[in-house]
Amino acid sequence: MAPAGNVVQVHPVDHLLRYDRLPHIWCPGCGLGPTMNCFVQAMADSGIPLEKHVIVSGIGCTGRVPGYVNIDSFHTTHGRAIPFATGIKLANPELQVTVFSGDGDLFSIGGNHILHAARRNIDLNIICVNNFNYGMTGGQCGPTTPKGAKTSTTPKGNPEDALNLVRLMASLGAVYVARWSALHVRQLEKSMSRAFQKKGLTFIEVLAPCPIGFGRPNDLGEGLDEMHLYQEECIVDDNADLQDCSIDLRSHKPLVLGNFVDIERATYGEWDEA
Amino acid sequence: MIQVASTPAVLTGKHFMNGDIACAEGALAAGVQFFAGYPITPSTEVAEHLARRLPEVGGRFIQMEDEIASMNCILGASWTGLRTMTATSGPGFSLMQENIGLGMFTETPCVVVNVMRGGPSTGLPTLIGQADVMQAKWGSHGDYEAIAYAPSTPQEMFDLTIKAFNMADVYRQPVFVLGDEAVGHLTERVIIPEASAIPYMPRKKPPFAPGEGRIYEAVDDDLVPPMPLVGEGYRIHVTGLTHDVRGYPVTSAEVHDVLVRRLNDKIRLNADKIMEWESYLLDDADVCVVTFGSSARSTRHAVNVARAQGLKVGMFRLVTVWPFPGAEIARLSDRLKAFVVAEVNLGQVATQVQRFTSRPVIGVHHGGGEILRPETIMAAIEEAT
Repeated sequence: MAPAGNVVQVHPVDHLLRYDRLPHIWCPGCGLGPTMNCFVQAMADSGIPLEKHVIVSGIGCTGRVPGYVNIDSFHTTHGRAIPFATGIKLANPELQVTVFSGDGDLFSIGGNHILHAARRNIDLNIICVNNFNYGMTGGQCGPTTPKGAKTSTTPKGNPEDALNLVRLMASLGAVYVARWSALHVRQLEKSMSRAFQKKGLTFIEVLAPCPIGFGRPNDLGEGLDEMHLYQEECIVDDNADLQDCSIDLRSHKPLVLGNFVDIERATYGEWDEA
Repeated sequence: MIQVASTPAVLTGKHFMNGDIACAEGALAAGVQFFAGYPITPSTEVAEHLARRLPEVGGRFIQMEDEIASMNCILGASWTGLRTMTATSGPGFSLMQENIGLGMFTETPCVVVNVMRGGPSTGLPTLIGQADVMQAKWGSHGDYEAIAYAPSTPQEMFDLTIKAFNMADVYRQPVFVLGDEAVGHLTERVIIPEASAIPYMPRKKPPFAPGEGRIYEAVDDDLVPPMPLVGEGYRIHVTGLTHDVRGYPVTSAEVHDVLVRRLNDKIRLNADKIMEWESYLLDDADVCVVTFGSSARSTRHAVNVARAQGLKVGMFRLVTVWPFPGAEIARLSDRLKAFVVAEVNLGQVATQVQRFTSRPVIGVHHGGGEILRPETIMAAIEEAT
């Protein structure tokens, strides 16, 4: 038994969460808990006062993150977090605005907005938790569902190709593009810290287990099994050719992680008068 | 011309401008600092004018990728404390509806201008319609109460846009300016008063420090909670889910009923302070023509012609189409023989009038594309008398 003096009564991030709203609604084995933990740690270490941090989401499992983080937070309509966040950022540039949403929210229903926010290089941090399906509604196919994967709306296998999010975001000119998994918490937290330092639109994809919605129909096992899969199959390559970084969870194709893009580009409204 | 005080935002003096430009100048006079929009006929001039003028007054203009984004962008910006606005027409207004609902449910002030054109669908982009009256009330899902102004002159495009901003802040919700193509593109004299004469009704700020109050608790009789802003340390949570007084999502029929009733009651119980109309030659009238927007211009002419012929007829012009002044219609009904309703749609206001009278209601309607002709209204007046 540890000496009484070493017993910690509160978790170090308790004050960063809306403790009165816990426990959260996410399923056992979900990747959102560790991802949110990385975010609040990076936020606390950012050197930016907490009252200047803002978090905005759309709808879905990931959309529930702002409700648990103890800062100014907005849970908007499905797919619309980015234009809402754009309004906040442009109206008050002092704020550090993070969009925290899922793959379906950001890239299916909200796909048009991420395209144009990246093109404009709005100074936003976008964290996309990719669980390869629509989890909140019970495991339907989405824009990141690997081809052939089974979901409740693709019972014989998904006939569509999946988006390669990091390649897409790099092509749109995002100033920072990274991919980690919910297992790679140290790297993910550092990545979020880097995003807070960057001026311009940053994008971090977080591969996250969804054992109930996606893991079960695709024989990926429990959340822990999918974490194990990340441990086995992930390789880190910051210089990877993003064209080769598509994801197929069911074959043994390596899952490529890394800090792929870190560049400078004039943000919205900045231009060289010369 | 008498020279009076003019500021960069308030161009005091007499001007000759169209309704769309007058609307933009009204917004500037009201202190708009943020506009997000998407080009669409016949409202584009509002955006074009503000693209040039907003930077002159330290404000921000952004052209978004569509109207869905525009609506969300002004909601987000509103939480920083700025007065925000978008302008559109029918198809864009349709696209905005889901997020107008978000604005209603999260009690986010902003102004949405809809310069109405012929619909449904793409309809008549360059020609008048007045068929979005019911959409302004019922366009988003769920129960909410709308505030919508219907200007009938460029001067009113200026004046009522200012009122729209004030009502948005006072009642903490999106407020509509329902112009129409004829008023938006009509060029007339517009008088802009001195800056000090522009009424300014601000939002209520929380009377408590961060952490010491519940941000969605409406403690005042007007049922409008004060509005904390993002970045002030209140650690607000704003959600389109049903929420309690802390802003936390709650899946509860009881909490939902309390919230939806309060949102509706804050307008219903204050409707007498919001509703506006113009009564014209109604004191001795047997017949009343109910109308709004550009149709009021044809109606006024028809009423004058009818009066010259000795017919006892007057005009009831809706300045707010929502809240709808039904009690006033009922009061008028007691001493009238009949109503005529003149509108460029197939009966949206006429059915409202019918709810409040047992007298005959004769509709003068057109599907859209041209203003109502005075002689058509005159024929209905003759039928009614």
